[in-house]
Amino acid sequence: MTEIQSILLRLWDSFGLNIRLFGLTLVCALPLGLGIAFLSMSRVKVIAWCSKTLVWVIRGTPLMLQVLIIFFAPGLLNLGAPWGSGASARFAAATVAFIINYACYFSEIFRGGILGVPIGQQEAGEVLGMTRAQIFYRVTLLQVIKRILPAMSNEVITLVKDTSLARIISIKEIIMMAQEYTAKGLIWPLFSTGLFFLAFVGLLTLLFNYLERKLDYIKV
Amino acid sequence: MPILEVRDLHKSFGRNKVLDGISFSLDQGATLAVIGSSGSGKTTLLRCLNFLEQPDHGNILVNGQTIFDAKDAPMLTEHSKRQKRFHFGLVFQSFNLFPQYTVLKNITLAVELLAKGQAGKPDFTGIETQARDLLTQMGLIDKEAFYPYQLSGGQQQRVAIARALALKPEILCFDEPTSALDPELTGEVLKVVRELAQKKTTMVIVTHEMAFARDVADHVLYMDEGRIIEEGSSEQVFSQPAHERTKQFLSRFSGGSA
Ligand SMILES: Nc1ncnc2c1ncn2[C@@H]1O[C@H](COP(=O)(O)OP(=O)(O)OP(=O)(O)O)[C@@H](O)[C@H]1O
Ligand SMILES: [Mg+2]
Repeated sequence: MTEIQSILLRLWDSFGLNIRLFGLTLVCALPLGLGIAFLSMSRVKVIAWCSKTLVWVIRGTPLMLQVLIIFFAPGLLNLGAPWGSGASARFAAATVAFIINYACYFSEIFRGGILGVPIGQQEAGEVLGMTRAQIFYRVTLLQVIKRILPAMSNEVITLVKDTSLARIISIKEIIMMAQEYTAKGLIWPLFSTGLFFLAFVGLLTLLFNYLERKLDYIKV
Repeated sequence: MPILEVRDLHKSFGRNKVLDGISFSLDQGATLAVIGSSGSGKTTLLRCLNFLEQPDHGNILVNGQTIFDAKDAPMLTEHSKRQKRFHFGLVFQSFNLFPQYTVLKNITLAVELLAKGQAGKPDFTGIETQARDLLTQMGLIDKEAFYPYQLSGGQQQRVAIARALALKPEILCFDEPTSALDPELTGEVLKVVRELAQKKTTMVIVTHEMAFARDVADHVLYMDEGRIIEEGSSEQVFSQPAHERTKQFLSRFSGGSA
């Protein structure tokens, strides 16, 4: 194996961390975000207020700061070691921070999407004797997805790139790995990381375009 | 015994009193037209009948049974509200078809969901057959695979009527079913409503189409500021209105389409 190949292979390995962080965040933050959206729209004022305050705080502070706090705070506050130790602890802490952060962003997108569906859709379901759950899953949800797809696609692409922030707690994601080579005087690995991101975002863009085409038949 | 009886219905939004003691009854198979100027509370009345709004005071009886009593309203569960809704159907001014479903699915969806919730195996084929019958009746059998956006307003409204009929409501309500339509499309919708009246479907129709109301309704209510000012047979209300306000209201329409 040439040196170039072995460097690319190590970069690819560390990009696996970015992709895992991305995947875990997406899978958990989507449902959590939907939950937070419902809480923000709750008729119980206290619940709505708490939920909106959480969203405000999380969206109003840097993700990098949140990662640091979630990783270091338990130790500094003598709360034991919820994240365990070593590399896996750092990864767990980063994942939790990312999930909370993105759930809050997603929740606002969901909320906008749900409020955007005309009330007449809900009422039509009601007078047809559907239950609330039936109305949500059978009538509203797909229309919400259709409406939020463009905003979601933006947010998801941002998430891909944000995964690099995990390096702030020494997670060896791809850019951190490339910097090790920069320190040794090799600059091209750093540039090449951009290609990894470009390729991955390209795939996601294709996926979102496909989804948008799939939902083209819904005119909302 | 009347199929529907409304007793002293009151409804306010904040300080705005929208229904101020509405009482009337309707016989099985009869068509009731509700007319009145904008803001008189016609839509609110239909929404109260369909449990989309909760009256502050009053009763609603179907077949002599109280299905709504404002005194018990706080105890009304989501489930019992849903059960009671099935007495009524509502056709909206703006159709409110489900954009992600075909015409056929729009009609069958609620019926299928209802059947799934009941004991026994749901008869999906039977439900589709019934939906196709309704589409035939609406003159839309060739459109079952279309999506709502592919239909004209008049066609969409006819699908909405079929969708409401699919649940076999005892009383079908219409809230200005042709107001959102271009004038040349109102005829096809009014035609199917007229056919329903001939088949003795019990209906409450809020409408600004005076000629149609006069023609189709057995009974007419004229509402103003949340009250029924005048009621009677359509002949009576349109030809010999007893109240000055009814006369004024009707004369505003006589110059136009009526
Ligand atoms: N959800 C609501 N909240 C507050 N006010 C309402 C609400 N719904 C209706 N109103 C008020 O109630 C009054 C009666 O409205 P309604 O829609 O029943 O009149 P309408 O007779 O159907 O009028 P139109 O012929 O214009 O449809 C209006 O003043 C309206 O502003
Ligand atoms: Mg109205």
